[in-house]
Amino acid sequence: MATGVEGDLVQMGAYIGAGLACTGMGGAAVGVGHVVGNYLSGALRNPSAAGGQTATMFIGIAFSEALGIFSFLVALLLMFAV
Amino acid sequence: MAAEESAFNIHPMDQFVIKPLFGHGDILWYTPTNATLWMGITVLAVIAMLVLGTRGRAIVPSRSQSIAEEIYAFVHKMVEDIAGKEGLKYFPYIMTLFMFIVLANVLGLLPMSFTTTSHIAVTATMAMAVFLFVTLLGFYKNGFKFLSLFWVSSAPLVLRPILAIIEIISYFVRPVSHSIRLAGNMMAGHAVIKVFAGFAGAMGIGAVAPIAGIMAVYGLEMLVTVIQAYVFTILTCVYLNDALHPVH
Repeated sequence: MATGVEGDLVQMGAYIGAGLACTGMGGAAVGVGHVVGNYLSGALRNPSAAGGQTATMFIGIAFSEALGIFSFLVALLLMFAV
Repeated sequence: MAAEESAFNIHPMDQFVIKPLFGHGDILWYTPTNATLWMGITVLAVIAMLVLGTRGRAIVPSRSQSIAEEIYAFVHKMVEDIAGKEGLKYFPYIMTLFMFIVLANVLGLLPMSFTTTSHIAVTATMAMAVFLFVTLLGFYKNGFKFLSLFWVSSAPLVLRPILAIIEIISYFVRPVSHSIRLAGNMMAGHAVIKVFAGFAGAMGIGAVAPIAGIMAVYGLEMLVTVIQAYVFTILTCVYLNDALHPVH
C-alpha cells in the first residue's frame, strides 16, 4: 500500500471504483425484473402451465442475479482488500 | 473506513468477523470459533427438525412431523423433476445440502448470531464439492461422451467451436458463481440490517423510522434466506442433470 498523497489517491480511486461497481446491481435488477415479468405475463395467459415453470423462473433469476452479486463483490474487494 | 461517530458506532461488517470462542489467541485450524459454534448449532437444528420431528412415526403426523415430511417431499420432487429418476440416487446428498444451507441461513438471522454461509470459504467448499462430484459423475457415467456437453450439436457447424469455448468457460465459472451467489446474498442482506441499525443509533427519538425499516428488511431477508437455499439446491440438481444426461 502506498503512503502519503499517493496512498490517499489510491484510496480515493478505490472508493470511486466501489461506487461505480454498484451500478452493476442496477443491471441485475433489470434482468431479474425482466425474467419475473415475462414469467408472469406468460403465466397469466396460460395459468395451467405456470406451476411447472416456477423452477425454471428461479434458475433464470439465479443466473441473472449472480452477475449483480459479482459487482457487489468487486465493490467489497475495493473497499476492504485493495 | 469512514468511522461513523455515532452513539453506538456499529460497523455493518463487524458481524462477519471470525473470533475464537475462548480467549483472544490466534486462529489455527483446530481453534473453535464462532463459525464452528454456529455450524454445530445448524447441524443440531437439522437433527432436531428431521430426526426428532419424525420420531413419533404417526400415521396422522403431528405438526413437527409434517414439517419434516413436507421438506422431504419438496426436495424429493425437485430432484425428480429436474434430474429425473436417475437423480434420485443422489437425493440424500442434495437433501443434506438443502437442510444445512436453509438452517444456516435462517439461524444467521437471529440477533447476535453468526451466519456461516456468509463466508465464501464455507460456500466455496460446498460449491467445489458439488462441482467435483458432478464432473466426476459425468465422466464415470458417460465416459468421454460427457464432453458432448460442450459441443452444441444443434448449432451450425461454423459456430460450434466458438460455442464450445463459451460453454467451457461457463462450466468452469459454475463453482465461482454458485458459491458467491449464496455468500454475497447472505452478506449483503445482513449488512443492510446492520446499516439500518446504525442509523437507529444515531437518530435518537427519530429511530422509529429505521427500526420500521429493519422490520421490513428482516421480512425480506426471511424470504431471501429460503430462496437462496432453494436456488443453491436447484442449481445442484441442474448440474446433476447435465452430468446424467449430457445431450446438448
